Amino acid sequence: MSDSDTTIPARRRFLVQGAAAAVGAVAGSARAQEATPPGIPDGMKAPGADVGSQTYGTPSRFEAGLVRNVPKGLKQYISASSRTPLQDLDGILTPNGLFYERHHGGIPDIDPARHRLLIHGLVERPLVLTMEDIRRFPSESHIYFLECSGNPGFEAIKGKTASDLVGLVSCAEWTGVRLATILREAGLKPEAQWVVAEGADSAAMTRSIPIAKCLDDALLVYSQNGERLRPQQGYPLRVFLPGFEGNMSVKWLRRLNVSAEPAYSREETSKYTDLMPDGTARQFTFVMEAKSIITRPSGTQRIAPGFHEITGIAWTGRGRIRGVQVTTDGGKTWQDAVLQEPVLNRALTRFRLPWTWDGAPTTIASRAIDETGYVQPAFEDLTAVRGLKSFYHNNAVVPWRIAADGEVANGYA
Amino acid sequence: MATREIGLVAASCLLLGLAGAAWGAERFGIGRPATEAEIAAWNIDIDRDGLKLPPGRGSVTHGREIFAAQCASCHGATGEGGLGERLAGGRGTLASAKPVKTVGSFWPYAPTLFDYIRRAMPMNAPQSLSDDDVYAVSGYVLHLNGLAPGDAVFDARSLAAIRMPNRDGFVPDPRPDVRP
Repeated sequence: MSDSDTTIPARRRFLVQGAAAAVGAVAGSARAQEATPPGIPDGMKAPGADVGSQTYGTPSRFEAGLVRNVPKGLKQYISASSRTPLQDLDGILTPNGLFYERHHGGIPDIDPARHRLLIHGLVERPLVLTMEDIRRFPSESHIYFLECSGNPGFEAIKGKTASDLVGLVSCAEWTGVRLATILREAGLKPEAQWVVAEGADSAAMTRSIPIAKCLDDALLVYSQNGERLRPQQGYPLRVFLPGFEGNMSVKWLRRLNVSAEPAYSREETSKYTDLMPDGTARQFTFVMEAKSIITRPSGTQRIAPGFHEITGIAWTGRGRIRGVQVTTDGGKTWQDAVLQEPVLNRALTRFRLPWTWDGAPTTIASRAIDETGYVQPAFEDLTAVRGLKSFYHNNAVVPWRIAADGEVANGYA
Repeated sequence: MATREIGLVAASCLLLGLAGAAWGAERFGIGRPATEAEIAAWNIDIDRDGLKLPPGRGSVTHGREIFAAQCASCHGATGEGGLGERLAGGRGTLASAKPVKTVGSFWPYAPTLFDYIRRAMPMNAPQSLSDDDVYAVSGYVLHLNGLAPGDAVFDARSLAAIRMPNRDGFVPDPRPDVRP
């Protein structure tokens, strides 16, 4: 989406709210302007826009309200996040322009011709690679989700929409080279246990990756959904660690320091550690555990009695989703939802369940089960173990409360 | 050229067949060697024990001046926080209902202060402070937390010698920890 498209948000917000209000077929007032017979639709009476009138296509102007969910009133926007509008998306792939953002020092503007990757430390042959070099290595493409570890914090569960609550998850097809291939090129020394990755942003973002992950499915990625990474996603090069907390997939990658020890950087000591009720903090909590959310119907939408398809997304950092169960009676009973194929390793999985709402107030929710047998926990079960102060890795069930008037609202609030 | 391509294909097959197993043999000959000078210029990683801390020194007194000029507008005059993180206080709160995580109450290793300040602070001009100034500001932040006297001077040795109160406060990941 071009910059000019983001300059008229007020009208767009109105359009989106209008669209949301129409969920459940409550669109009577617009009927007078519908393109119903016997009138001929305007687009049939004159030629449309020229081929190539947009050299980089953007969504229909009627979808202009479909934008990232950017929090208002933050103290600063250099180290902050924006969320994917999950409730307005279908399928499992997140459009690149709507992929969630979390930056620690803003978005650098990097010329790929000048960018270099340095590999050093416990390697036989310290290397400097250009982007052209990196693209010469054998490449792979995989569909993986990426999720911020604080999605949301345990005390930040009052959001209204699905995006407000868990919009720091997105999914894309990533193309790049195995990190193992690059490390092999440099030659690992036997003492190598960690690889410290550093970004070329103003935070010089630094995370340590265990060597087992580096030699397993870790990638150095340069493309996302077929095109080069967007600047917000690390252009021209990022680490990608399937199933691990998002901040470890260091963006704008400029350096890999192969080490015997982790860096114990600020981001893996004072941040991205999980404080427990006894005052200790869990460190190196990498894996994102199984999670799901119903995206439709979801918070701020309004439904009418009658048929609705309940749909949402599920994911797990431990592999594939085995099943998703949905309750439409506040947790008394759970039914198996249908999983949309393909159900991919460490990707979003779309689930659906047909449902007829009888008009009585109720609460709906989903819970994911992954291939290890792990079941997405209820918020009370999770916080009984971890308390409310650990901030990261809240993967609790998200309940949606449906009122007698059909208004859907956050079941936590 | 043809021979080279065949070589590449063979190497790729080998990689696919032995993914994660064999090491060192398969190389593509891509990239160029990095020189010691290049590595030294880019490598700003400091370890938790401070063995990689650079030469230089800075006093808490000088750190107070730098902090007032370059840090206080975000972190507050005495590290109480504002636009930026709270840096001081909070000792003994981690197990309470209102934990306050600061350098003094939460950070496990003093050399990480040097690492982070040098690489990322001040937020509007990272990597602009000299190593001497980074030692000075690190020392002042420790002083704000009662971990260094006002007349202290920090260098690699003395910064590494600081034992942070929460050094032993971190535990490994026990998950999965919640069963239905």
